[in-house]
Amino acid sequence: MYVAVKGGEAAINAAHRLLADRRRGERSLPSVTIDQIVEQLALAVDRVMAEASLYDRALAALAVRQSRGDLIEAIFLLRAYRTTLPRFGTSVPVDTARMAIERRISATYKDLPGGQVLGPTFDYTHRLLDPSLLRQDDVEEPARKEPLPGTMTRVSDILAGEGLIEEDGSLPDDRPAGDLTREPMEFPMGRDLRLQALARGDEGFLLALGYSTQRGFGRNHPFVGEIRIGEVEVEMEVPELGFAVSLGRIQVTECQMVNQFKGSAKAPPQFTRGYGLVFGQSERKAMSMSLVDRALRAEELGEDVTAPAQDEEFVISHADNVQATGFVEHLKLPHYVDFQAELALVRKMRSDIEAAKSEVAGAEANSAEQ
Amino acid sequence: MTASQPSSSAEDVPRRRTAKLLSSAQLGELTSAWEKLPYKPKATPLRGPETGLVMVRGRIGGGGAPFNLGEATVTRATILLESGTAGHSHALGTDKSKAKLAAIFDALWQEEETRSFVEEEILKPIERRVTAEDRRQAEETAATRVDFFTMVRGDD
Repeated sequence: MYVAVKGGEAAINAAHRLLADRRRGERSLPSVTIDQIVEQLALAVDRVMAEASLYDRALAALAVRQSRGDLIEAIFLLRAYRTTLPRFGTSVPVDTARMAIERRISATYKDLPGGQVLGPTFDYTHRLLDPSLLRQDDVEEPARKEPLPGTMTRVSDILAGEGLIEEDGSLPDDRPAGDLTREPMEFPMGRDLRLQALARGDEGFLLALGYSTQRGFGRNHPFVGEIRIGEVEVEMEVPELGFAVSLGRIQVTECQMVNQFKGSAKAPPQFTRGYGLVFGQSERKAMSMSLVDRALRAEELGEDVTAPAQDEEFVISHADNVQATGFVEHLKLPHYVDFQAELALVRKMRSDIEAAKSEVAGAEANSAEQ
Repeated sequence: MTASQPSSSAEDVPRRRTAKLLSSAQLGELTSAWEKLPYKPKATPLRGPETGLVMVRGRIGGGGAPFNLGEATVTRATILLESGTAGHSHALGTDKSKAKLAAIFDALWQEEETRSFVEEEILKPIERRVTAEDRRQAEETAATRVDFFTMVRGDD
């Protein structure tokens, strides 16, 4: 039950003024700029873009700054901003095979066309705090080398040649891709809608679910077929021009998980696949997404649905951190009247029990006297 | 010329290149070219500049059925020159000044007298910059490629 509560206005204004002060912090220090956040906290910015489901580095950085680095708050801000804008259209599907590669690795093939390219990775660092970063030291320019010619073949295309791996997921041609931002959620949903939900899902939640499949709750025997990070071209059909124009490039991370599969009543023994695609550089998220995508295909592949990660309604309904934070955090709003009602109820139950006890005690005393 | 009839006949190719290069322009590149223009044309705004969203699609498994990945901000503008030529621009991001100038240059590119100016002062410099940036990035990435070698152990 909600009842309007008045009288907080002055306190709220003062609280927001205090928030602005604490956000600015010590005034003798320089204020952090949006460009600095974009350049130097790039992966925080990427996470905000991915989970807000809105690609715009400058706006995501503004949100990070406004939220004092609280990334879920930043995601909330960016989601709210997107609702103020009209939609001009839908892009031509991005072609990740033609990505300008910044990183590409495979755990299934050592020598694959284009090779293993590490890019700017935390892997193989020693995870020791680096005191040199306490100073503003000049950083070496990156090493350079002659690039290999040609595009990098997708690992899934290599295995597909032998017919040992399932193809890219198809849906009926006449079925347009579903859009969670336009239609209410209904279960069961198609893989297209699930992937949209997972792409904007909370990284921590998907990481935990992916981990749970590895620990035996819906095990699906994964191998990283390929992870690639880089820029892809975004094109949109423009009716006035009559052709697709380039809008520019965005950075994405793609993960092709390859899963051993012993076959079932519905499918022969072969490698099945889970897919992850995320805005920005976000390898952990793309990997988690592909593990969960595969787990959620249990029913389609005729596997027993026994674990949380395989339960579509459970996973998709709880993956969105803006929805989750809204419902959890609403508990701190005034519930004075609800609580008064509960209090009266508990008092009544208590007094009923007390009354019943004294009745029993009275009856016992009576029978003892006789 | 309908939206459902996608892409490119051969005559679209130069126009598509122009649109692509203008979308990857930096505001500074457009303003400095504008300052160099000997005669500043009058451009009437027909639409925008306005910011909106495009829903970016991916494909399941990389090459399968399309799905909606997430949205991106796009700013677009349409202008009309006094000659009657319309210019369009579309680019990721929220830069309205860039969108307006890009639409003007799109129109100027379509006019015979100004096409070579747009080509020499805008398109070619942008093309050179983008190519150089891509080249640098490719070289930096290539330096992190693993060159495996095999250690032979024990007696043969």
